[in-house]
Amino acid sequence: MIQNAWLIPVFPLIAFLILLFIGRFLKEKSSYVGITALALSFILSVMVLFERIGGETYTYVIDWITFGELTISMGYEVTPLNAMMLIVVTLVSLVVHIFSREYMHDDKRIHIFFAYLGLFSFSMLGLILAPNVLQLFIFWELVGLMSYLLVGFWYFKPEAAAAAKKAFLTTRIGDVGLLIGLVILFNQTGSFDYADIYAAVEGGMINETLITTIALLIFMGAVGKSAQFPLHVWLPDAMEGPTPVSALIHAATMVAAGVYLVGVMYPLFLASSTAMTVVAYTGAITAFFAATMALVMTDIKRVLAYSTISQLGFMILALGTAGYVAGLFHLMTHAFFKALLFLGAGSVIYAVHHRQDIRDMGGLWGKMKITSITFLIGALAISGVFPLAGFWSKEEILASALLNGDGFLFTIALVTAFMTAFYMFRLFFKTFTGEYRGGDHDDAHANDPGVDAYGAADVAEADNPRDDSMDEETHVSPAEDHDHHDSPKENSGFMTFPLIVLASMAVVAGFVNLPFLGYPLEGFLTEGINVGSQPHGELWLAFVSLAVAGAGIALAWAMYYKGSISEDYFASKAPGVHKLLINKYYLDEVYTAVFVRPTVAIGRFFWEMDKSIVDGIVNLIGRSTSSTGRTAGRRHNGQLQTYGLVSILGGIVVIALAFVLRGYFG
Amino acid sequence: MVPITLFLALAAILFCIGLYGVLTRRHLVIVLASIEIMLNSVNINLVAFSAIGPFANISGQVFSLFIITVAAAEAAVGLAILIALYRNRNSIDVIKHDLLRW
Repeated sequence: MIQNAWLIPVFPLIAFLILLFIGRFLKEKSSYVGITALALSFILSVMVLFERIGGETYTYVIDWITFGELTISMGYEVTPLNAMMLIVVTLVSLVVHIFSREYMHDDKRIHIFFAYLGLFSFSMLGLILAPNVLQLFIFWELVGLMSYLLVGFWYFKPEAAAAAKKAFLTTRIGDVGLLIGLVILFNQTGSFDYADIYAAVEGGMINETLITTIALLIFMGAVGKSAQFPLHVWLPDAMEGPTPVSALIHAATMVAAGVYLVGVMYPLFLASSTAMTVVAYTGAITAFFAATMALVMTDIKRVLAYSTISQLGFMILALGTAGYVAGLFHLMTHAFFKALLFLGAGSVIYAVHHRQDIRDMGGLWGKMKITSITFLIGALAISGVFPLAGFWSKEEILASALLNGDGFLFTIALVTAFMTAFYMFRLFFKTFTGEYRGGDHDDAHANDPGVDAYGAADVAEADNPRDDSMDEETHVSPAEDHDHHDSPKENSGFMTFPLIVLASMAVVAGFVNLPFLGYPLEGFLTEGINVGSQPHGELWLAFVSLAVAGAGIALAWAMYYKGSISEDYFASKAPGVHKLLINKYYLDEVYTAVFVRPTVAIGRFFWEMDKSIVDGIVNLIGRSTSSTGRTAGRRHNGQLQTYGLVSILGGIVVIALAFVLRGYFG
Repeated sequence: MVPITLFLALAAILFCIGLYGVLTRRHLVIVLASIEIMLNSVNINLVAFSAIGPFANISGQVFSLFIITVAAAEAAVGLAILIALYRNRNSIDVIKHDLLRW
């Protein structure tokens, strides 16, 4: 069965092709094509995983391009890491497909949506199965493209179109570094294959400075893709896409590709302590800053987006402090509970008629039982509460930060863990407890400095005439077709089933690396790759981790449930900090001033140059030719005698030339 | 003996007069007549060279006889076309016949 692993990405590709050609006729039924394909992929992935656990790494490559001595191959490979990632991606993708069937059902372009999801799943699975970095890079760009298309799925919303562009261009900055790194690597090792690269690094074939350079360039790619500081700005904006897309691409799979890339290139990073330090500090800084911003956001999806960035920072931090297994373990558990949280948020958003501001929610606990409970499980898991998945993986990250990092990294990790618990439960209490605040819908928050996506979307609809022509019934314009005063209720099984599946994964996924079972996942993942010994924390660390999470939850409980501390207590104590956070450290503004404006100015300069000088010359030639033609054309009046005159003048000119040139006058 | 230059000058003057007539007159008959003048100016050249040119021989005169013949035929055909044109278009004004533009 492991030989047939190549079929795993092929199923979604087939689904994509089917939907591409006949999706228009399938309409809502398109979802079943996608669901079937992903179900097949998932089943196959499970079989492959079990076969891999008992067997060997399977590699199948064929020569792709041969030039001179060098050969570039393509194929597929099932390593322990791949096998684990296959499960994560196919499972999350499958449940997202199921969820989308309901969530997107009244969108007229639903078949395109499912076609995109299929192509994305294909690309992501291809990325995972790639046996060499070149193939990985190809799929890497493909997932970037799919992210662009899916973020901009509601392209008639100006915010969505802008967010799609931002996501694409920001990740592109990292990709340039990645490509340069790969080229240098190929130049040094003469091969793109992982095995050859590991061998070259371990054999000392590359000098140390160059290893650091390559590792840092490759890390740039990871920084872009995994939304690490300072390239994290695209991910919160990418929340303009449909919520299932946020769950699949911007929480569970694509953004984890950066972490995965560092994972597969791990021997390279291990060989350079400078690169490891950079990786660790980037991760820690990202985790911390993203968490601080998540504290104040009021858009449910943006809180989750910053939380994602923060958790990805955790993974990168773990990788940077030699916690190879810890980082990838957290990647796996995070995929489940973050997809769960996003789909839970999607369920809530759907129930409250596409409003995303948590100030308009509240009191959903009794109304949406399944969503509430699963969301609570997700929140507990991400906060790191025993015995849910996040506890085990986060504890290992803390251990590697403590044992291999320094005090600074460990402190940051602890503080971030505290903030994680706090903002998740702020979100939970605001959304599910208290009174429902969505009934009297007016634009009370429209002028708030905070992010107010749904208000902005309303404005966008009013401003954009194309929106109306697109379709009146799309649920992007919910105001028209739903009664706002409906009280929210639980969604159908298509939306709750995925939540239940992911919630159970969020509970059990952590058990695959239980300390008292001898860390089975660690034994599995470290097989066949030299990643050094893995750090393990002592028992007290688990209690510290739990205490920190408990403190965060307790503070959130006191502020947002009990009300014993006023909700704006901290905001009023430090208004400057609050303003800084709510404006996202003004990073967007800084980037606009430092990078975007000058780039646009340079572009405009060259555009003007092009228009006036380059185009000017070309136009001059064209215009003089056409004006000559027009002048001559006016002589073309059908008058025999005019023609005769012209012929004779021409003849005279020819004769005169002959005389002059042949020297008859000379 | 009359120098050849005078003959050539006479022929050139006649040629130019004919050319001017062809290019400027609006009456088709006059245009045809002007063409005859141009042909005859050529005849004068040929005969002059044939009689007193640097390589005087008879072929010039033979050529001029041919030209006279061709000119007669041309005049006949030309007049016939002219009559047909007149019947067709009811005009022999050159300006009115501008179908060449197509």
